[in-house]
Amino acid sequence: MNEAMPILNAVDLSIAYGSDDAVKKVSLPILEKKITAIIGPSGCGKSTLLRSLNRMNDFIDGVSHRGQILYRGSDLYAEEVDPVEARLRIGMVFQKANPFPKSIFRNVAWGPSINHLPGDPRARVETALKQAALWDEVSDRLDDSALNLSGGQQQRLCIARALAMEPEIILMDEPCSALDPVSTARIEDLLFELKKKFTIVIVTHNMQQAARVSDYTAFLENGVLIEYGETDQVFTRPREPRTEEYVTGRFG
Amino acid sequence: MQPVKDLTTSHRLRQRQAKATFFKYFCIAVTASAVMILGILLYQIISDGYRWVDWQFMTSYPSRFPEKAGILSAFVGTLWLVSLTALLAIPTGVLAAIYLEEYAPKNRWTQFIEVNIANLAGVPSIVFGILGLALFVRFMGLNRSVIAGAMTMSLLILPVIIIAAKEAIRAIPNSLRQAAFALGATRWQVVSAHVLPAAMPGILTGIILALSRAIGETAPLIMIGALTYVAFLPESPMDEFTALPIQIFNWTARPQETFHELAAGGIIVLLGVLLVMNALAVYIRYRGSKS
Repeated sequence: MNEAMPILNAVDLSIAYGSDDAVKKVSLPILEKKITAIIGPSGCGKSTLLRSLNRMNDFIDGVSHRGQILYRGSDLYAEEVDPVEARLRIGMVFQKANPFPKSIFRNVAWGPSINHLPGDPRARVETALKQAALWDEVSDRLDDSALNLSGGQQQRLCIARALAMEPEIILMDEPCSALDPVSTARIEDLLFELKKKFTIVIVTHNMQQAARVSDYTAFLENGVLIEYGETDQVFTRPREPRTEEYVTGRFG
Repeated sequence: MQPVKDLTTSHRLRQRQAKATFFKYFCIAVTASAVMILGILLYQIISDGYRWVDWQFMTSYPSRFPEKAGILSAFVGTLWLVSLTALLAIPTGVLAAIYLEEYAPKNRWTQFIEVNIANLAGVPSIVFGILGLALFVRFMGLNRSVIAGAMTMSLLILPVIIIAAKEAIRAIPNSLRQAAFALGATRWQVVSAHVLPAAMPGILTGIILALSRAIGETAPLIMIGALTYVAFLPESPMDEFTALPIQIFNWTARPQETFHELAAGGIIVLLGVLLVMNALAVYIRYRGSKS
């Protein structure tokens, strides 16, 4: 693995809502087939930063970017880049499970079908559901409405839906914040499996979760990247006093 | 030592409960009086007109002789009018709503447009009639044709359709759109595959209520000069026509008592059409909420 070339690289990135900077001069490399966790107190800009990585901020009025996000070295926000193309390669799982009000099968099959991905849709849905560790629970009722699933199952369905697109990177915005501990543990187990194939960026305000699952951790406070490093180092030997205070639970 | 409180109701709570009870009965009284007035109206009309509503009434043209008079040309004219109006107003209204909710940037200009659409919905129908007369009948030379009437009616109900469709589209949670966008969907794919299907029951209900309004409107049709005595059926959009409310208006304007009863018969037919359309709206809403 070429460590010198991150798959995504934020360089001096600032993101503003109107005139207020929510993210300030953040430089953050995202390494391929690793899990990078972004932690920090509520409102520190971690979700804003995450959404900028697949251009989901485009839908929010008045958001502006300065600095760069490089995808394999080329500018994600360049004039000639179609944001739809970016989102094909960089998928996303949201904080609150948001399945389509359609069948389980259609939820997973819709993305590949509109993008004309090759191959048998049934096989693709099965693979994605297996990768998301949901297949055994739903294989006999693929035509049921996704809304009948439990919260944890819905979130795994949303993960399967993202996986079916075979993206290179999956962004997860606090995917477990609305789930119970059992469902959370299942999704965390899943992450270990997924990182063999995918690059994952996960935003979480649960520090134990970041420590458990991630390879690299970025600590954000008030939009400023306080510290970034290997997860072990950030949690056991933080370089910055603020990081230490946060990871030991003294604030936030 | 404070005495231990028992569970007897305090004076203040009893007052609050009295207010709550009063409000409940007040609401019941208001609802009951509305239903009662409607009931009296219906009774009056049905008792006046039911004898006249029969097959002969439905299949005859208007006549000087009440016993030979019928509502065929008005009934068919209304069907023509409402179909053409639907054809013109539904696509325009729904597409305008989609544009305003899903595509238009939220700026002063679109805000200005939205405020004006809301204002248009409150403009008296006769004003639309004047506009239709000047623009469609005279300027475009469409004369007193069904199409001129339908275009006028479309203008009248367009704001209602746009507002209803906008509300229905706005009620779709953003998380649904984001989920689709995150899968690499274009805006049209998001709108057509997810937003519109989810908003459809609300949009359809709005459309049917707007069309029901078009069926009952009289003033703009009188303004554009729809005929009051028509002994033929329109065969193309360019033909002259009459409509149920016009026929009813015409009969009530006659001095003879029998024609007033005929008018009541016409109202029963008109109410029947409205009832069918509203039932359709309720059914669509019910089916939409189930799936």
